[in-house]
Amino acid sequence: MNKSMRMLLVSILAISMFLVGCSGKTNTATEGENGSASEGGSKKDTLVFARGGDSTSLDPITTTEGETFKVTENIFETLLEYGEQDTTIHPGLAEEWKVSPDNLTYTFKLREGVKFHDGTDFNADAVVYNFERWMNGDADKFPYYTMFGGFKGEEGHVIKEVKAVDEHTVEFVLNRPQAPFLKNLAMSPFGIASPEAVEEQGDNFRSNPVGTGPFKFVEWKQNDRIVLEKNQEYWQDGLPKLNKIIFRVIPENTARLNALSNGEIDLMDGLNNSDEASVTGNSSLQVIERPSMNVGYIGFTVNRKPFDNKLVRQALSHAIDKKSIIDSFYGGKADAAINPMPPSIEGYNESIEDYPYDLEKAKELLAEAGYEDGFEMDLWAMPVARPYMPEGMKVAEVIQESFSKIGVKANIQSVDWATYLEKAAKGDFDAYMLGWTGDNGDPDNFLYTLLDKDSIGSNNYSYYSSDELHDILIEAQTESDQTKRNELYKKAQEIIKEDAPWVPLVHSTPLIAATKDLQGYKPHPTGSEALTHVEFK
Amino acid sequence: MLTYTARRLLSLIPVLFGMTLVVFAIIHAIPGDPAQVILGQRATKEAIETLTRELGLDRPWYIQYFDYIKSLFTGDLGTSLRTRGPINQEIWPYLAATLELTGAAMFIAVLIGVNAGIISAWYSNSWFDYTAMILALIGVSMPIFWLGLMEQWAFSIQLGWLPTTGREDVRDPITAITNLYLVDTLIQGRPDQFITALKHLILPSVALATIPMAIIARMTRSTMLEVMKADYIRTARAKGLGMFWVVYKHSLKNAIIPVLTVIGLQTGLLLGGAILTETIFGWPGIGRYLYDAIGYRDYPVIQSGILIIAAIFVFINLIVDLLYALVDPRIKYNQ
Repeated sequence: MNKSMRMLLVSILAISMFLVGCSGKTNTATEGENGSASEGGSKKDTLVFARGGDSTSLDPITTTEGETFKVTENIFETLLEYGEQDTTIHPGLAEEWKVSPDNLTYTFKLREGVKFHDGTDFNADAVVYNFERWMNGDADKFPYYTMFGGFKGEEGHVIKEVKAVDEHTVEFVLNRPQAPFLKNLAMSPFGIASPEAVEEQGDNFRSNPVGTGPFKFVEWKQNDRIVLEKNQEYWQDGLPKLNKIIFRVIPENTARLNALSNGEIDLMDGLNNSDEASVTGNSSLQVIERPSMNVGYIGFTVNRKPFDNKLVRQALSHAIDKKSIIDSFYGGKADAAINPMPPSIEGYNESIEDYPYDLEKAKELLAEAGYEDGFEMDLWAMPVARPYMPEGMKVAEVIQESFSKIGVKANIQSVDWATYLEKAAKGDFDAYMLGWTGDNGDPDNFLYTLLDKDSIGSNNYSYYSSDELHDILIEAQTESDQTKRNELYKKAQEIIKEDAPWVPLVHSTPLIAATKDLQGYKPHPTGSEALTHVEFK
Repeated sequence: MLTYTARRLLSLIPVLFGMTLVVFAIIHAIPGDPAQVILGQRATKEAIETLTRELGLDRPWYIQYFDYIKSLFTGDLGTSLRTRGPINQEIWPYLAATLELTGAAMFIAVLIGVNAGIISAWYSNSWFDYTAMILALIGVSMPIFWLGLMEQWAFSIQLGWLPTTGREDVRDPITAITNLYLVDTLIQGRPDQFITALKHLILPSVALATIPMAIIARMTRSTMLEVMKADYIRTARAKGLGMFWVVYKHSLKNAIIPVLTVIGLQTGLLLGGAILTETIFGWPGIGRYLYDAIGYRDYPVIQSGILIIAAIFVFINLIVDLLYALVDPRIKYNQ
């Protein structure tokens, strides 16, 4: 019996030694690899960028989803580019542009000598081809219509015609002036693709993208990795600095940080606020902040009782302690929101004062509205984490607690994300939690998109309808003088503040972590940026 | 046995057919509109209606169902609504990743679970027995999420022995042939990559193995305890046979059948239920593929994914049934 027992123990020991042996060997391999990168004199030139989800497509016009743009910003370029870390407009594939006095004709002078990754020329015909492709699409194919009012032939469509004047000049003729037109052109979805590749690939273009950007597409293994390599023919001399970018998917934020700490990746987004301290405490890592262009809010569905009463909405606005929410769930890395749009966007009204956290005032307003005994309501909490709302359920609990102090019993509800959006669009919620990240850095993209009566049924989940606001927002859409537009938007924010269809909660600052030797990475407020200037020390 | 196998395989057809109907009914009963999810928050009402029509989701459900079944018979699993790719091609890399992970996890679970169960039974009520069974209890109740993160912390960050996430070193990617990376690296004669792939496999498979390991250990112990009270075991011991022979030649054969059942069921469960492990370890497996699909209401992927998992589950159970006859010659299937 003892002999058999010994045999068993020996075999177990052998197995564990085998396992340890494997790990030992592999560990040396990794060390060797890292060593050769830093000590061997050759500079590290491959960047591994880990994020929470995979792209759904690599043809940027086919989606509205941010994980796609993080990749495609490196493959495609737009006619105009945003500023390094703001949404001002700068030359991109178009070097200069002219606007006619009636704001209906835009003429772009294109950059010469630019080639697509497949070797074909970038020229006016290519631009026309791309716009024709998008304008003749439909909602199933391209979300183009969300920014340009529809498709060709539809009533609201902004662009009448795009034509090539000569090889390097393109003219856009509009049906009606659109104030954020230039900003829209700079958005990631409108990256110019190689016409030849689009023709050749057909439906497969979404997994074989060809643009003019600093990096060329190499490989996409779904839910695992996307590999890009340096475009040797890139029109900007000396750029990009990296030789290769590998995008990896690691869904869990803490696991992603573990991978960063272990040297498996170089850069990660979606750092938990609660993990920030451990990154700053690690001498080989750094925290990078992405400038905020979002808003997280509590909306009231204003056609449901008692939220149809402005006093009730104002009372509840007084009963939410934004500061303690920010301290508890955003690690202090967020601004308390006063208006529906963030201060980084021009036209932000700084003179508006927020409803202070004041439970007595809230009770008074409730009494005035005829609800001195309070009421019962459903408060819907977001089931998914977003930069503007990392922990929806917990925030809802804090709000529930403070509502209870003014006699309002809030029952927290939640449902999966798909159903949540559907119910919100139908106006099925009493009060709900949602947010928005800006597309093009224009106030219109917040105020009109989220709160105009035209947007009821899509993004105006509050069913808030104000004719006064509508007139102002429409005027601002057609006004070309930016100063005048800003004044209009300031007025709009006053109306919204008074009517209180939302309690704007926060403008959050998304956190990114990277290895210490990474430099030149400037996160863009829109959430995606080209990694052209990124390099390792 | 052959007739039996053939009969069992034939009986798969109604089972899988029933599965398609149940899955189809459930996913169409849950609320949430795929068109809304695909188009996102920025969609207009008209756009959603157009897309619903184009996806054919406005047709009566029974027509959608028959279309689905029709294409299944031609071997077409459909097209993903989200990625627009054919599921036939898309699904295999995910499935292979999960098979590799499940295979490794069950290897660990069976090896350690069965042996721990045997030793516990042999030395029942000893310190080993108590420790093993307490560990098994902890194993069954351990949240995998937490365990996974702790493993990463201990074995990757603190000790630096193993990588935290993924299937390979992305800086030296493995060329996929079968998508079973242990096999692929061997085919390509890359022992270095084989070791890397194996190293990536250890943490997730250990995390995934904990629960089945614990269940198998407890099951083995209890059946072994019964068998060991049997007269023929006493005889074997009395004639001076060593523990090894008594256990592995006489007892285990008689005790293994319930354990085999558990192993079969657990393997099936791991195939579809490894979502948490796959999420923490960034493992691109079928669980996450399905999970994403559910979030997007990607009906074709959900249907086909569940169908494939169900088919594998039924197959595994068939194999287990056939193994019974192999282990215990008294079991015959041919009548």
